[in-house]
Amino acid sequence: MTADPSPSPRPAQKKKKAATRKAAKTAFDPRIVVFACNWCSYAGADTAGVSRIQHQPHFRMIRVMCSGRIQPAFVLRAFEKGADGVLVSGCHFGDCHYIFGNERAVEQFEKTMNVVKLLGIEEGRLRLEWISAAEGARFAEVIDEFTDQVRVLGPSPFATSDAIEEIEVPETETETGKGMEA
Amino acid sequence: MQQLVRDTNAWACYDCGKCTATCPVARVGGSLSPRRHVLSANLGEETDPGRDDTLFTCLTCGLCESRCPAEVSYTGLVRRLREAAFDAKIEPECPHGGALQSVMRMMAKGGTQQDRLGWLTEDLKTDPKEGEVFLWTGCTGYYDAFFPEFDMKTVEGTKATVRILNHLGITPVVSPEERCCGHDLLWNGDRQSFDALARHNVELVRSSEAWMVVTPCAECARTWKIDYEPYFEGRIPQVVHLTELLEERFDDLRLKANGMNRVTYQDPCRLCRHMGVHDAPRKVLEAIPGIELEEMKSNRHGAACCAGGTWGNCDRFAKRIQIDRLREARATEAEVLVTACPKCQIHFRCAMKDPNFGSEISIEMLDVAEVVASALV
Ligand code: FES
Repeated sequence: MTADPSPSPRPAQKKKKAATRKAAKTAFDPRIVVFACNWCSYAGADTAGVSRIQHQPHFRMIRVMCSGRIQPAFVLRAFEKGADGVLVSGCHFGDCHYIFGNERAVEQFEKTMNVVKLLGIEEGRLRLEWISAAEGARFAEVIDEFTDQVRVLGPSPFATSDAIEEIEVPETETETGKGMEA
Repeated sequence: MQQLVRDTNAWACYDCGKCTATCPVARVGGSLSPRRHVLSANLGEETDPGRDDTLFTCLTCGLCESRCPAEVSYTGLVRRLREAAFDAKIEPECPHGGALQSVMRMMAKGGTQQDRLGWLTEDLKTDPKEGEVFLWTGCTGYYDAFFPEFDMKTVEGTKATVRILNHLGITPVVSPEERCCGHDLLWNGDRQSFDALARHNVELVRSSEAWMVVTPCAECARTWKIDYEPYFEGRIPQVVHLTELLEERFDDLRLKANGMNRVTYQDPCRLCRHMGVHDAPRKVLEAIPGIELEEMKSNRHGAACCAGGTWGNCDRFAKRIQIDRLREARATEAEVLVTACPKCQIHFRCAMKDPNFGSEISIEMLDVAEVVASALV
């Protein structure tokens, strides 16, 4: 069900996870933008929070009513402003609150992915995942995995310019370790 | 403001109103009034870009300018006002959510290796670095990726251009380091990103040692010829649109019939009015055996434009202009609407998707390069 654009196989990555995280922790914390639909993935993140599931806190979440709303412009703007990775998430097929919104999301995502590839941004920086409201654990897992993947890729080439200063990052938020609880 | 009035010749305006009378946006009911903008500039009024909702509806097609008896550069005025608007963080409302602008700005920042030459096949002879003629390909690959729903391949126009150049015995430089020419950013007020792009691109062409830049895109041609000029140091390469080159090398072209009979030609605003090129494409098209060129009601200097030239604001007025224009094209009973700018294709194809008028206005569209390439011996 998941459309996973990342080229690297997941199991292998999982094993490496702990090691990579430790090694890179001091070096680079990626800045990830997560788009989540109101009805499933955002609630899934909530579930992760209330269940106190630990996960990496280096993402900022943007809630939209439905994943079908996430047009290429949103993702591209995130990259333009220096995001190191962008995660697009929505309800599983058949569960979309607006029936076929996530089918539109796939179309938009594919389009975005093609443009991203043309631009020479690594495919691994962009991912589409379906997360339901009950899947708190899965949300945490996806976030951890994606964060590690982006960390390996390093800072976005566009993050080095001055535009990055436009994004305000409250220092404390990245330090708490429990992004979703706040 | 005074400087602006001087630079754009606005002071010479004698308030005749021809600009607003010819403005294609005003004609279909838009509230844009070039005359009002010029007048308020003359009165020294600082227009508040935030409250001027017509600033981004101007197509910068230059129709008003071509009619203006006082030679006021209205497009120049609009561009400067948009620069002010951009500084105030005001952007046009709905050019695809700003996606294409984001793409251009990322190119302006650079730092990645674009994958923009996926279309370049073995049979096309090009050089990635040095040569006498630089082929400026434009961003057609991006457009095709961004508008899959229009079933178009604007990149075919770029490929056809290489084929034509090879036919003329030219091995053009096609560089993977090319970046967007910045045309749209410039016309939407983002001077800073345009600057970065211009510097990069001018340096790229300089290092290729080409003495000529040829491009199949009308907007790239305008940008290279007019807007890049101050960025060159020393020798400035000759900049031509593909159709101009074809006219120049007319005697070397060997053309055969390609099965097309009746075609009509859409003058891209950048090519016909900004650069004054309108006979060249017509001459080339008419030289293809079997092709009969039927003019639309408005043509050459008076041609209506595709209403989306700068990825500016698209609205119901733009749609109206496109539909009217396509009706004109259909009235010629031509089989193919030929154009010389990928954006004309995109915007007209979008208008053809209209469920109310679709069947009335649909017409096959091709780039002039594709038509010529299919007629090469
Ligand atoms: S509401 Fe969740 S994807 Fe449509």
